This record gives sequence, C-alpha cells and structure tokens, in this order.
Amino acid sequence: MVDVTPADAVPPAEVAEMELYHPHSWWTKYVFSQDAKVIAVQYSATAMAIGLVALMLSWLMRLQLGFPGTFDFITPEAYYQFITMHGMIMVIYLLTALFLGGFGNYLIPLMVGARDMVFPYVNMLSYWVYLLAVLVLVSSFFAPGGPTGAGWTLYPPQAIMTGTPGGQDWGIILMLSSLILFIIGFTMGGLNYVVTVLQGRTRGMTLMRLPLTVWGIFTATVMALLAFPALFVACVMMLLDRLLGTSFFMPAIVEMGEQLQHNGGSPILFQHLFWFFGHPEVYIVALPAFGIVSDLISTHARKNIFGYRMMVWAIIAIGALSFVVWAHHMYVSGMNPYFGFFFATTTLIIAVPTAIKVYNWVLTLWRGDIHLTIPMLFALAFIVTFVNGGLTGLFLGNVVVDVPLSDTMFVVAHFHMVMGVAPILVIFGAIYHWYPKVTGRMLDETLGRFHFWITFLGAYLIFFPMHYLGLMGVPRRYAELTDMNIMTESAHHLNSFISIMAFIVGFAQMVFLFNLIWSIRHGREAGGNPWRATTLEWQTPETPPAHGNFGKELPIVYRWAYDYSVPGAKEDFIPQNVPGSFGPSREPA
Amino acid sequence: MSVILVFMLVIAGFAGWWLSHQRLTAKPWLEQGVAGDVVGFDRSSLPTAKIGLGVFLAVVGCLFSLFTSAYFMRMGLSDWRPLPLPRLLWLNTGVLALSSVALQCAVVAARRGQVDMVRLGLATAGLTALAFLAGQLIAWRQLTEDGYLLASNPANSFFYLITAMHGLHILGGLVGLGRTSAGAWNGTRRERLRLSVELCAMYWHFLLFVWLCIFAVLAGWAATFVSICQRLLT
Amino acid sequence: MAIVLVLVLIVVGSVLFHLLSPWWWTPIASNWDYIDNTITISFWITGIVFAAVVLFMAYCVFRFRHREGNRAAYQPENRRLESWLMIATAAGVTALLVPGLFVWSRFVNVPGEAADIEVVAQQWQWSFRLPGKDGKLGTSDTRIVSAENPLGIVPGDPNGQDDVVVEAADLHLPVGKPVKVLLRSIDVLHDFYIPEFRAKMDMIPGSVTYFWFTPTRTGTFQVLCAELCGQGHPLMHGVVMVDTEQDYLAWLGQQQTFAQLSAPQQTGAATQPSEKTMASSLDVAAKLETLEAR
Repeated sequence: MVDVTPADAVPPAEVAEMELYHPHSWWTKYVFSQDAKVIAVQYSATAMAIGLVALMLSWLMRLQLGFPGTFDFITPEAYYQFITMHGMIMVIYLLTALFLGGFGNYLIPLMVGARDMVFPYVNMLSYWVYLLAVLVLVSSFFAPGGPTGAGWTLYPPQAIMTGTPGGQDWGIILMLSSLILFIIGFTMGGLNYVVTVLQGRTRGMTLMRLPLTVWGIFTATVMALLAFPALFVACVMMLLDRLLGTSFFMPAIVEMGEQLQHNGGSPILFQHLFWFFGHPEVYIVALPAFGIVSDLISTHARKNIFGYRMMVWAIIAIGALSFVVWAHHMYVSGMNPYFGFFFATTTLIIAVPTAIKVYNWVLTLWRGDIHLTIPMLFALAFIVTFVNGGLTGLFLGNVVVDVPLSDTMFVVAHFHMVMGVAPILVIFGAIYHWYPKVTGRMLDETLGRFHFWITFLGAYLIFFPMHYLGLMGVPRRYAELTDMNIMTESAHHLNSFISIMAFIVGFAQMVFLFNLIWSIRHGREAGGNPWRATTLEWQTPETPPAHGNFGKELPIVYRWAYDYSVPGAKEDFIPQNVPGSFGPSREPA
Repeated sequence: MSVILVFMLVIAGFAGWWLSHQRLTAKPWLEQGVAGDVVGFDRSSLPTAKIGLGVFLAVVGCLFSLFTSAYFMRMGLSDWRPLPLPRLLWLNTGVLALSSVALQCAVVAARRGQVDMVRLGLATAGLTALAFLAGQLIAWRQLTEDGYLLASNPANSFFYLITAMHGLHILGGLVGLGRTSAGAWNGTRRERLRLSVELCAMYWHFLLFVWLCIFAVLAGWAATFVSICQRLLT
Repeated sequence: MAIVLVLVLIVVGSVLFHLLSPWWWTPIASNWDYIDNTITISFWITGIVFAAVVLFMAYCVFRFRHREGNRAAYQPENRRLESWLMIATAAGVTALLVPGLFVWSRFVNVPGEAADIEVVAQQWQWSFRLPGKDGKLGTSDTRIVSAENPLGIVPGDPNGQDDVVVEAADLHLPVGKPVKVLLRSIDVLHDFYIPEFRAKMDMIPGSVTYFWFTPTRTGTFQVLCAELCGQGHPLMHGVVMVDTEQDYLAWLGQQQTFAQLSAPQQTGAATQPSEKTMASSLDVAAKLETLEAR
C-alpha cells in the first residue's frame, strides 16, 4: 500500500479544469444558459407549470366523479381527455422531468463537486427540446377534436379509433409526437447526468462517498436511458399505424359495423413495449425520491444514514430487477397466463430491497436527534404513504389477487399513493430543503407547515378510502358511476368526500406556489448552510452558487456524505471537504 | 422480448463489471480524512466525450434491440409474408463497410498527425455514407415499384421502419462528420481533431455493426439461426 | 410533536376504517373464494407491517426528537439486524406469494368438465354464444362480421350451425356448473368483469382469451367493462343471470341458433338481427348524447 499523504497536502491541480462557456448577455445567462443550475430552474418551472394544468384536470375529474351529473360541461369525452392528460403529464412531464431534469441538473454537479455538467451545450438543448415537447402536448388542447382520451397507457386499438376522443383527430398524433420529442430531449439530458457522475466527480469523491441522492438520480437516469427507447419504439409504430395504415398493433377490426383496413396486428405487443418502459418508469420516479429522502432524513435527524452500503446495493438491485417485472401490469391482459408465475415472483422479490430501504430510513431515526423541520415532516409523511402504497403493491403484484383488483379504483389508489403522493411529498421536502441554496432565502415556515399538514393528511384521506371502493369492484376510468349495482349509496357519498378533499389539497398547493414566489424576495436570509449539512452543495463559496459552482478551486473530498454526530468532533456535522480524522476508531463495537 | 432481454443482460454485464471495480463493499465511514492515494481520483482515463458516446450508443443499441424484439414478436403472427430483399442491399452493405474503413484510416492518420490523409479519409467516409443512404432510397423505390408497399404487410412495414431508423442515425452521424471535417479543413488543434475523428469512427463502426445485425434479421438468417439453436438445445 | 399524534392516529384510523367501514367486497357468487382468502392473508401481513413501521417511526420521533444538548448516536450499520430484517421480509413475501401462486395455477388450469361459452364484446355491448347440442363452438372470423352475422361465425363450419347466439341480451348460466369463458372482441380491448365472480380477463381483438369459474349461487349480476374502450366505456353494462338448471333449460329453449338466425337471410326477409344491432348501438349512442347534452 502506498503511503498516505497528509490530507491537506493533496494538490487540487490534478482536477481537470472544465472549459466553461461564460455567458455574455442576459439572454445567454438566463434563457439560453448552459449552466446546469439555470437549466434546473427552467426544467422545474416548466414541469411545475404543466403540473398545475394536470392538477386542475384532476379537479375536473373529481367534480365529475364526486358529483355525477351536476356539471354539464364534463362530457364522457372530456372526462377521458382529462384523465389521459392528467396521467401523462404527472408521470412524464412533471415527475420524470422534475426529478431528473430539475433535481438532477441542480444537484448532480454540486454534489459530486463538478463545475457543471460535462456537456453543457447538449444539456441546454435537452431543456429546449423538453419545452417543445410540453408545448406540443399543450397544443393538443387547442387542436380540433381536443387532446387524446385514450388513457395514459394509450392502448391500441382504441387509442387510434373514432370511439376514443382524439383517436382519429389530432389528439393522439400530437401526444405521440410530444412523447417522441420528450424522449429525444431526455436522452440528451440523461447522457449528461450519467457521464457527469462517471467523469465529473472531484478528487476523493469515490462512488461510496456519493450522497444517496446522487445514487438515486444516477441509477434512475441509467434506467430511463434504457427504458425510454421502448416507449419511443411503441410511439413510432403507433404513429405509423395511425398515419400510414400499417398494422403493427392493429388487428382486423369492425368498428361500428364497418371493416377497417388493418389486419393481423397485435395489441399485446404494444402493451409489452409500453410496460417494458412503464414499469422501470415507476422506479425512475421512485429512486430519486428514495435517494433524496435518505439525505433529508439523515440531515434533519443529525445522524448518518443507517446501512449506507445496503442502501446503495438496494438501489442497484431495484434498478436491475425493475426490468424483469414489466408484465405484472398485464396479468389480466390476455397474455400467456403462465407468464404470471414468473412475473409474480420477480415482482415480490423486488419488495425485499425496497423493504430494506424503508427499514433503514426508520432505523436512521432511532437514537437520532430529530429536528422536526418541514423537510423532515415531508420525509416522515413520505415513509407513511410509501409504505402504504408499497404494501398494496404486494396485493397487485401477487398475480391472483390482481385478478379482481386490476382496473379498479384499488389500482388507482395504489399507484397514486406510491408514485403520486409519495414522490411528490419528497419533491416538496426537497424544495423546502434546497430552496435556500437556490435562492439564498428560506421558504416561509408558517405557510410551509400549513401546506404540509393539508397536503399530507388530505392526500391520505383521498387515497386510503379509495382502496375500498376498488375492493368493492368499482372500476377505474368510468366517466359515469351511475347504474352501478355494486355501488351502495354510501359509496357515492365516499366519492363526494374524496372529491372535496381533492379540492382542499389542490388549494394548499396554491399556498405553496405563493410561498415559492413570495419568499424569493421576502424570505429570511438563509446563509450558506442553514441545515448544517455535510454534502458539497452546502459548501459553495457563494449562495446561490455562481457559475462554475466552487469558485477558484474545486473541493477535495475527505469523507463520506454522512458524518453527522461523529464522536469526538466538536460540531455535529463534518462537511465532506473538511480534512482530518476525528475521534477514536470508528468501527462500531 | 427475448432480444431486448439479451441486450439488457449484456448491459448488466458491463455495469456489473464496472461496479465490481468500484469497491462497493468498502465501508466509507472508515475512510475519513483521506482524499489522495488511498481513495484516488477514480474517473476513467478515457476522454469524457468517448464515454458519453459509449452511453449514447448503448441507448441506440437498446432502441434497435427493441425494434428487433417487436419484429420477432410480430413475425410469429399468421399474416406475416417475408419480402424478398433487393440485391442492392449487398452493395449498400459493402459501401457502408467502405465508409467505416475510410474512417478507420482517418483515425490512424490523425494519430500520426497526417492531416491530408485525415481529410481524405473523412471525405471518403462522408461520400460513401451518402452513397449508402442513396442506395437505401433506391432499394426502397425498387420495393415499392414491385408492389411491396409500407402498409401491405407487417414484414414490409418493419423493413421500411427499421431501415429508416438506421438511415436517420447515419444522417445524424453525417452532421457530426461534417463538423469534424470542417475542423479538419480549418486546422483545429491536433488532439481535438484526433478525438473527434475517433468519435466519428466509433459511431460509424457501431452503425455498421447495427446494420449487419438488422440485415441478418431482415433477411431471415437470424430467425433461422435462432431456430437451429433451439433445435440443438432440445 | 403533532406529527407523533398524527402518525398514531393514521395507524389507528386506518385499522378502524378497515374493520368498521361499510365498504367491502361484494358477496361472492363463484368458486373463487380462494382469491378472497389470499386477499385476507395479504391484508393481515401488510396490515401488521404497516402498523409496525409507522408506530415504530412515531415512537422514534417522540423519543428522539430534538432537545437542547441532544446528540445523535453514531452507528453506520448493523449487519446482523439488517440480515434478520431481510430474512423476515423474505419470509413475509413468501407467505404472500406461495398461496397466491397455488391459486393462480388453479385459475389458469381449466377443469375438463367446464362447458365452453363465448363472450363477444364490441363498442359498447356484450353478445354471447353457446356451443349448442354438439358442445363445440364453430370457428369465427372478425373479417366476416356483418349486420346479418354480428359475431362473425364462419358459415361453412358445421360446428357453428347449432351455436346459440345471444346478441346484445342477457346471458343465463346454470348454477354449480363450471364454465370456461372464451373472450373475443371485434373492435378494441374490453374486459369481461363481474365483481361478484371475482374473475376477469381482457378481450383482445384478433385473439381469444379465457378464464373459468363456477357460479355458486343464483341471482342477477351486472357485467362491467374493465378495460377502457372509448367514450362509451362506463355504459357498457350487461347482465348475467345464474339460474337453477330448470330455469336455465327453459331460457335456452327460447334462444335461436346460428342456423335459424341466418336461414331467413336466404329468403331476403329478415333484417331483424341487424335492426337489433342497430338498435343497441343506437341505444348507447343515445345515452352518450343525453350525457353530452346535460
């Protein structure tokens, strides 16, 4: 073994200096910026804006479901357009874009100690292509026939037929084009996130010293790069079916007494392609949330994350396994039923690493010094909703239990809890946590707590009872819940209750938006490291960090990201770039 | 979905190999206070751009594996009528291979610093790639004239779709090649030129490889090969 | 501190809601009580885990909340604890999976004595076909679907001649006899779902899917479509009546076979089936219109 050089004598010169493109004008600084931090803010703002549209759509849906027949303008046609756009926007244009494009862009370079992403120009293009995808998507609201109403899964044949809103109009074409654009844009960004983690790490930043946030986003991006092509292929082929009359997915069809020109295609093929993307997509959203929540808990409980190595291995295991479980979305799709045995097994195996992560979060709290800050509250709420949603996932993954429950409100409740509410609670927690770094000011505490309580309790009250509607057999994607023999009067009341909660929760998000904007000017000054955190983004010379992140010299990393409450150290945290060793031997007895 | 699963296994193999070199079993909390020699500066010595291109090629590979997977799944259905591949495709294959060889020559020349040879290699590669694209278009025309239209059979649809996707990727490569050539004529720094020529060559070889694979699939050899393997196994 | 209270309340409230709320599955009417049992096992295991995790978390927050001068313990990991947790989780997951897979193998393996019936879906109505006296369903083809032959039964197939066609009307089934339901669609994806029977399966245009069940009690059950099939999806209801053997035979006697239905066609007299199809399609269209008009 080589001699250990005294830590402070390590020359930083070995760190390759990046050629940064320095902006010259207002336009290149704030609009066509190549600075990952600006791109991150652009991504986040766009994602939140389009997310707001999706939130409004969910209100409209809940109006119809909670008070059927009261609102004339919500025709079945419109209802299906609302659910489709709501689902697609939330999953792809909000969650994926915000976690990877937003948090990924902001946090990866700062956390690994890089000046910027490795390909800043491509990174900038990525945002603009994403924006274009969003605009194409939005334009479908104004196209003749309106947006597509095929459901976010876009299953053919109905997605491109007249019985579905937008099927023979512009809706589906614009949707598919928008998705194709999104995938192209994402691939540009994704290359950056992956290669920056591979090549941009500063001296001393080994993989095992990376904060779990970076691990989560990195693994999710690798998965996204490999999963999105499946959606791309499915979209291109469906576009050809729709526009040029090919028969990739379209079998012989008699539509309303009329024979269509297609022949022999396989709708199941689409479902395989879609879910080969769709299932990893769940983890593409979940893994960044896992990573971020680990850091939130650790920082605000002033304790290292429990079982860091296990957490990293679990992320990798989940990432790998998530590519062999896709058909659990297709148990009752009519595919070969014997696949059910295999996919049920793989699906339930994935529960093990996921459960390990939950245990380790909770065990991090054990003997911690828990500060009940707003990010911490959101992290706790995340654990509750994620455990709840994860456990109902065991119902749906267990092939035979899925038979009565699939395509019912149980599924809706499950996936909203696990990949809607849970990751969004993390997003909120993360925004309260990193907002001081982005703007230099804290978000308002009172408004924040108000926002937290309404969002958490309201969301739980929306989705927990919904499981029982599904158990009762109430199918999802019903624009009309009238004439349903299985639905008792009280079930209709429950629906109205859920709708009212949905409006309240939605309203709380307006408070949050107000807080976001108001605090830019009026928030309390935060200082460089208000949470007394160890990771590199809190150690920048300026807050908000300037172009190039770390001033003249890049930081050198001397320790892992979780040196909280180290015995022998004076403070209860040691930043990653502080040299020296503290305390006695650190191997726990 | 077997093709894409095999591809994923290959990717997983690479990822596993790389991760196994990253000391994932280390206990990071014990390695405090050191930055240099013990836990060094462990990025790869390859240029970042090459790694970026490598990751991108993995994505492209994934895309074509998925098309191939879909091809095999659709092929199993009853209405599949394979179309005769135009002879011209053989010529096109040769031209594309020539393009790759030319770029490889350019790489060798760039390493030696012979700028004239680099220019010659780049120009040849660009022209042959254009010739390949033109050849593909002619092949399309021959097929449509013989009545093998896009929508008349799924085999035809896949043929046009996959060749078009491959062609688009070549077209994208030509943009990169154009920029490299502009650099070669305007006298960019030597290392920079060398890197960008190497990147082009990497991309070209990969697309040649992809083309050989899809040629084998479209010609039906891949299916025959798979069925022979299956017979050997059973 | 409010969060501690809320966490405890969430656990208590969720458990109470589960036990006391009036919203529960419909009384079962088929042999698939195995599925209900598996769901019950799942509720027990997951309920315990949920309560344990959230209550432990509440305790931690209560016990280790920040107070002046507190300092967190330093413990990077505990391999033994983690291994034990992993083993316990794996055991719990196995306890869920194994019974599930046994029931699934029952679900996919149709007993030999099950009688075939066919359900044909189209936007937005259900039709049915019974095999007739020979016990065999004739072949069918979406390409020959027409107003006269709405199910696309191949006229040349002798097996199809005696098939009983129930077009856009109620299906009757004898109680206690296993049936294999063959599912077919002539336009988009649909899903034949009767909540009381628990079983369901998508129908895919271009292929035939199946599931089986034994109705265990008589009664009238509503058929729902459980796969989004266009804007008429929520209106795509149907009726299955489970009868005693006697009632069933009486009903069967009134039904027409394919041969009977297509016979008048040669005389050029009967447009009755097409009118019927038209009528039911118009029915849905009218319903949609009223919805849109509202």
